[in-house]
Amino acid sequence: MQNQGKKMKKTGGMSFGTYMRRYGTLYLLLILPLIFFAVFRYAPMAYILSAFKQNNIIKAPWQVPWAKNNGFEWFIKAFRDREFINALRNTLTLNLLDLLCGFPVPILMALLLNEVTAKGFKKVTQTVLYLPHFLSWIIISGLALRLLADNDGLFNIVLKRLSGNPQAAVPYLSNSTHWVWTYIVLGIWKEAGWGTIIYLAALTGISPELYEAAAVDGAGRFRRIWHVTLPGLRPTIITLLIMNLGRILGSEFDRPLALSNKLVTDVSNVISIYVYQKGIKGSQFSLSTAVGLFQSVVGVFFLLTANTVAKRVGERGIM
Amino acid sequence: MIKSKATRIGDAVIIILCLLLMFICLLPMLNVLARSLSSSEFLIRNEVLLWPKGFNTDAYTTVLNNSKYQHSMIFTAGLTVLCTLLSLTMTVFCAYPLTYDNLKGGSFLNGIIIFTMYFSAGTIPNYLLIKSLGLLENWWVLVIPNCLSVYNMIIMRSFFFSVPDSLREAAEIDGAGPIRTLFSVYLPLSTSVLATLALFYAVGRWNGFSDALLYIKSKEEYFPIQLYLYNILQNSTNAEIATQEGFSNPGLAETVKMATVMFATVPILLVYPWLQRYFVTGVTIGAVKG
Repeated sequence: MQNQGKKMKKTGGMSFGTYMRRYGTLYLLLILPLIFFAVFRYAPMAYILSAFKQNNIIKAPWQVPWAKNNGFEWFIKAFRDREFINALRNTLTLNLLDLLCGFPVPILMALLLNEVTAKGFKKVTQTVLYLPHFLSWIIISGLALRLLADNDGLFNIVLKRLSGNPQAAVPYLSNSTHWVWTYIVLGIWKEAGWGTIIYLAALTGISPELYEAAAVDGAGRFRRIWHVTLPGLRPTIITLLIMNLGRILGSEFDRPLALSNKLVTDVSNVISIYVYQKGIKGSQFSLSTAVGLFQSVVGVFFLLTANTVAKRVGERGIM
Repeated sequence: MIKSKATRIGDAVIIILCLLLMFICLLPMLNVLARSLSSSEFLIRNEVLLWPKGFNTDAYTTVLNNSKYQHSMIFTAGLTVLCTLLSLTMTVFCAYPLTYDNLKGGSFLNGIIIFTMYFSAGTIPNYLLIKSLGLLENWWVLVIPNCLSVYNMIIMRSFFFSVPDSLREAAEIDGAGPIRTLFSVYLPLSTSVLATLALFYAVGRWNGFSDALLYIKSKEEYFPIQLYLYNILQNSTNAEIATQEGFSNPGLAETVKMATVMFATVPILLVYPWLQRYFVTGVTIGAVKG
């Protein structure tokens, strides 16, 4: 922790009574937050047990007999379920594409913004670029539908007019392959601008002298970016890359739910949607808890591995 | 400094690229805005692009006069205010004690709190808990289960750490206890970070709908605006909405959808630009967390 050095000095030989008189109120402040964590974050963990128990929609998992195969029945079932394998594959595919396509965009945009000299213009640009981050996926799905619909979406209207062919239409939302790219591009559209904040903050830490020195050496814009700006961003880039790699099996819920439609479920059903449909809608609590547990455990494993690798290569990890 | 020709061309290219990016960000909004203000005859002929044709505000009047919409909007606004206030209080209560290095058990508590950020029980166990607490179909389920975010707590705590210790010591010498120090020293210095977190919590609640989708199924009066909008957008045919929502003119349904999207968006658009200065700091603190 970077703040270790500047915390309060230790209050050495204080008696318990004096200590409580002086600092007891701090524990009072903590009561509500701790109750919150106990009830809404730790108590649900008891229900993870249902992943190893027979499915029962009425009784609590601890009142129910163990599932078959030493309690692993639901995990085996999940991995034999084509739908789950499909959801697993979709989750990995969409996350990998997100990472490959989405990760570099905020870096490039931050480099661009960093080159803008007019302060007012820069601020206005930033404000506009942050806008999509504040929209919910429901709103974005509404916007995207109007923009991308087969018949009357803005893009296809323009395409038909330009090509002069009333049949020309790109099935952005109704064809599986196109839908995947739409999903990725909309993700970039929503978060890339917001993602620049952290890079721009890192850029303020680069000494102006480095730029001056580069200018004296006759470096042009691109060489300045390459030799000064990008190396300055390196630690931030690596930390964020690790965090994203750690989340490779995580799945969003709002985004696929809002953007999906009946025609593309073969590529849009990710693990969170599978859990929602099997668990909440189909009352298969045991199976869906097992799937969720698998996802959480593998997620933690990925995160820890990524963090260890980061520290091994000499970068600041996230934990 | 005199700029070379190459630099000036470069500067121009940069400005053009920025304008292009801004246009991409605004394009979907402009399209929907134009549609919401157009008359349906032009919409059906696919003539509306980025500028309204047959300008009218009927859709907005219809939405504003729709009692379901009115209810959902007022309910969500109230919910957002309540959640934001509660969350800010909880966040401060949680973060402040943890900044005391000599708090006994502090690092243990810190550990169990941070752990929940990396490992969560999952959707179904959470659902089963909410069910056993009897909170299903109860609007408090939209307030309490997410009233404290560890991520935001860390931002708050990091900010408290950055307050000079000398101020705390001075307050203690004056005889102030930890709570008075919090209210008289820390909170007055924290307005920027409080504004940031208020924005994060408020946007989270305003835009949130998955909790309502999971926990509130039958009670439509507890549907937040996003779930209301989701249901409208999911309905495939416009005639269906017209009947369901009781609009007299089915042709209006398309523009009404668009007007509802605009209404759900505008409150946030009015707020966030004013807080930009603050949230940039907040995000930065959160990223270099300890």
